[in-house]
Amino acid sequence: MTDISAENAALIPAPQKPVVRGYWGNVWNKLRYDYVTLFFLGLIIAIILIAILAPWIAPFDPNKSSMASRLKPPGFKHFVLGTDEQGRDILSRIIWGGRTSLLMGISPVLFATIIGGLFGVLAGFAGGRTNTAIMRTMDVFFAFPSVLLAVAISGSLGSGMVNQMITLTIVLIPPICRVAETATAQVRTMDFIDAARASGAKTPSILFRHVLVNVMSPVLVYASTLVSASILLASGLSFLGLGVAPPTPDWGLMLSTLRQSIYVQPLVCALPGVAILVTSVAFNLVSDGLRQAMDVKA
Amino acid sequence: MADTNNPTPPKRPLVEVRDLNVNFVSREATVRAVNGVSFDVMPGEVLCIIGESGSGKSVTMRSLMQLHPKKRTRITGSMRVGDHDIMALSDKEMNAVRGRVISMVFQEPMTALDPVYTIGDQIAETVMRHEGVSKAAAMERALELMQMVKVPSPERRLKAYPHELSGGLRQRAMMAVALSCRPALLLADEPTTALDATVQIQVLIVLRKLQEQFGMGVIFVTHDLGVAAQIADKVAVMYAGRIIEYGSVKDVLLKPKHPYTLGLMASTVHGQNRDQDIDAIPGSPPDMRFLAPGCSFAPRCKLAQPECLASFPEPNDHGNGHMSRCFRTAATTPAMEMGIA
Amino acid sequence: MTAQPTERHLQPVPPGDNNDRGGKAQPLLIVQNLQKYFPIRGGVLNRKVAEVKAVDDVSFSVMKGETLGIVGESGCGKSTLARLLMHLMPRDKGTLVFDGDPVDEPHGITLRELRRNMQMVFQDSYSSLNPRLPVVDSIAYGPTVHGVATSEAKIKARGLLEKVGLRPDLFGGRYPHELSGGQKQRVNIARALALDPRMLILDEAVSALDKSVEAQVLNLLGYLKRHLNLTYIFISHDLHVVQYISDRVLVMYLGQVVEIGPVDRIYNAPKHPYTRALLQSALEIDPEHRIETPPLVGDPPNPINPPSGCRFRTRCPYAEAICERETPKLGKAAENPAEHVAACHITNPVAGHSMAGRTLQSLPVEASAPRALAAAL
Repeated sequence: MTDISAENAALIPAPQKPVVRGYWGNVWNKLRYDYVTLFFLGLIIAIILIAILAPWIAPFDPNKSSMASRLKPPGFKHFVLGTDEQGRDILSRIIWGGRTSLLMGISPVLFATIIGGLFGVLAGFAGGRTNTAIMRTMDVFFAFPSVLLAVAISGSLGSGMVNQMITLTIVLIPPICRVAETATAQVRTMDFIDAARASGAKTPSILFRHVLVNVMSPVLVYASTLVSASILLASGLSFLGLGVAPPTPDWGLMLSTLRQSIYVQPLVCALPGVAILVTSVAFNLVSDGLRQAMDVKA
Repeated sequence: MADTNNPTPPKRPLVEVRDLNVNFVSREATVRAVNGVSFDVMPGEVLCIIGESGSGKSVTMRSLMQLHPKKRTRITGSMRVGDHDIMALSDKEMNAVRGRVISMVFQEPMTALDPVYTIGDQIAETVMRHEGVSKAAAMERALELMQMVKVPSPERRLKAYPHELSGGLRQRAMMAVALSCRPALLLADEPTTALDATVQIQVLIVLRKLQEQFGMGVIFVTHDLGVAAQIADKVAVMYAGRIIEYGSVKDVLLKPKHPYTLGLMASTVHGQNRDQDIDAIPGSPPDMRFLAPGCSFAPRCKLAQPECLASFPEPNDHGNGHMSRCFRTAATTPAMEMGIA
Repeated sequence: MTAQPTERHLQPVPPGDNNDRGGKAQPLLIVQNLQKYFPIRGGVLNRKVAEVKAVDDVSFSVMKGETLGIVGESGCGKSTLARLLMHLMPRDKGTLVFDGDPVDEPHGITLRELRRNMQMVFQDSYSSLNPRLPVVDSIAYGPTVHGVATSEAKIKARGLLEKVGLRPDLFGGRYPHELSGGQKQRVNIARALALDPRMLILDEAVSALDKSVEAQVLNLLGYLKRHLNLTYIFISHDLHVVQYISDRVLVMYLGQVVEIGPVDRIYNAPKHPYTRALLQSALEIDPEHRIETPPLVGDPPNPINPPSGCRFRTRCPYAEAICERETPKLGKAAENPAEHVAACHITNPVAGHSMAGRTLQSLPVEASAPRALAAAL
């Protein structure tokens, strides 16, 4: 018998691909050429930056009203986008309103992803009765249309920012839980999970090392699609008076109060809606792009 | 059942493929899947294309049916099946050819059969679409076809849904669908690979019998030399998108000339001495994105010489239509005796 | 290469193997009366309506240093058997004895110890390796579970990559989708070796590979077995490969062992009609001798509610009334590694079969079509 390396030398395939990118490297490499996604990713970053920097960017105090210049069209004097029914600068209010709207778009999704993801992974991995208990509970929430559910919860909790956040989180938990459960149940049947069990690994170790990493990307992609839904829901709640209280600038709330003036100054009234539309479309397109980029055939 | 009467086989081949090149183009790279493949299939002849994964065997066959995504595929060369110039057909014309002139069976029947219709409905639908007969006549034909592919209790099976059948019966049902319009050419893409040994041989025997009965040309893609030995008239061995050896099944499998064919036979376990290592081909097939100019097998070939890396060899004629593309065929004969004793 | 003794299955363990506990003639693994039924639930109340008898009263033993091949068609329970041996699913009944110690019983070895000693190589597929882990981490995971420091485990993993013929600097950091099928299977093997097991269960380990790659991996398996003093259970549907790699062969049909014995005796003179039909179905690379009549008709029956008596009787050319009434048994002989036995009434002179006591070779290949066939189909 020859020595180990000599026998195996013939077996070693010729090197083919010296470039090793890793999973995220591959995702980025795909994303790099997806100009639509990149553009909207840039747009989202810009919107977030504008919201963060609102105190320095906004030309006026968003709450300073002026009876003299109510409902003026864009370009009136120094009001670039015109004024609302109380004579407040629309541009400043949209910039400041982005803070509330983005907060309402992103933070409930974040909380729901953590809570719903946890329950989903638990349900998917444990199976059996645990699964039944968790998923049937989720189904109860699923049975209601999300808007109705949000209105109901919000109505019982009362208005206000924190309550709105809690409402949206509760509404978003079931769909994320379902996605996490499906993804986990799929991963659970994979041979590498059995291989880990065969090596003597205990359940927590398998969950963290093998299950979570594989469930994460589908859940994250799905969660990113919910951001726009969350923004729209939050705006809807504010519109109905169940969200943030006036005079806090918020896109949904602005749309609600400007609604009465739609025949007087239609263009101005539409502007908060445009902000909601652009932001939610941007989040949707980016999550689409992410999904495609993350779809690595292993 | 009317027999297709072919007293004297016509001289003209049923299938003529000349210098077929198939490239898959993506943003990152171009995969040169098929590189200058030419072959003929006579009516009533079974051609087995043998190769390993990535050799281009399936791609070659699927080109005949225009099954590649148009946007990402560049095809050059010429393909003729019967009177149809495949390259010149429009999508609509191709649809008319599919099923009636050329038909196909796949490895996994579940993907080819529609899960929401019964087997009988699916066969009848194909018959009705291509021949415009009544539903009753089509169902009668379906029963006849199920009997031909030797499905036990065919009346009952016609009313069954695909998932209600076992793997072997599903494969037969798919063959029945494929044969429903008596195609002149049947394309078979590893149809028996997923089947158990005892079922595989049954399906192969049925296929062979029907092929003879219909006088149908068959292109049968497989990686299994045993399957080829069982069913082929002619064999084409593909490597890295090229046919490197071609000939009658007896010539190629009993007197192989190309070092790759020899290596493949030596690698295939069939009663080798258990106390010795298998004479395996070292290394792995080339990356089809970066093909070197010479013989693609040269990097793994025991007999390779510098000339092998410089250019792709021209065909050697070994008589009786037996062809190989290798500079070193002269050296393979002694090697052969050692390789596949 | 040293000359191998002809009766390889009785080859003793090399002296000085620290792991050897039971002595060289003690079978490494004894399996007794292993059983697994899967309930099929249905109806409004989710009651059990039927069962799949996936593994039914299976007994055999595996000697130290041998390769036991397990063959059978889909649905015969060979993969379930592998998972039962690995304790990846609970068994209904049965005892496992590893090197003299009963598994998971008082005074025996623990499940954890068994898993350190017995590992499994899965069929190559996209699911056998974690797509989000570099392969070196996948290999190192097992040792870290058993308390080895991560850095040490990685060094070991790199050593194993080298052993299975992959350069660690080139392949260690790669993800599964950056490897070919053969390379993935080498990583799978390396992962199974990471705990220094004494036994590997190879479940269709080469079936999905191209022939040229399959040959390389088979050579690698032979090499590893010689150098690491391993014992294999090799599960496959490929009869040629099983013949090449096995010392003894076990044939399964619908959850039961129908025949077991030394490889040459099984392949040269099968005793069970099913084994013979299976062997005749294996295709040779010989275009001059084509198979004209199929050795068996029909598909394997559904493992739900298998036939009474001998389960093969519905496809067997020699089936008689006795085969329907009584289940032929292998008996204790199945555990004796030198025996070649088949669960068929024909092999038992006193069973009451009209051909009892005759060898299969002396019987006509094509008997009258089995009576039960039409009913089964």
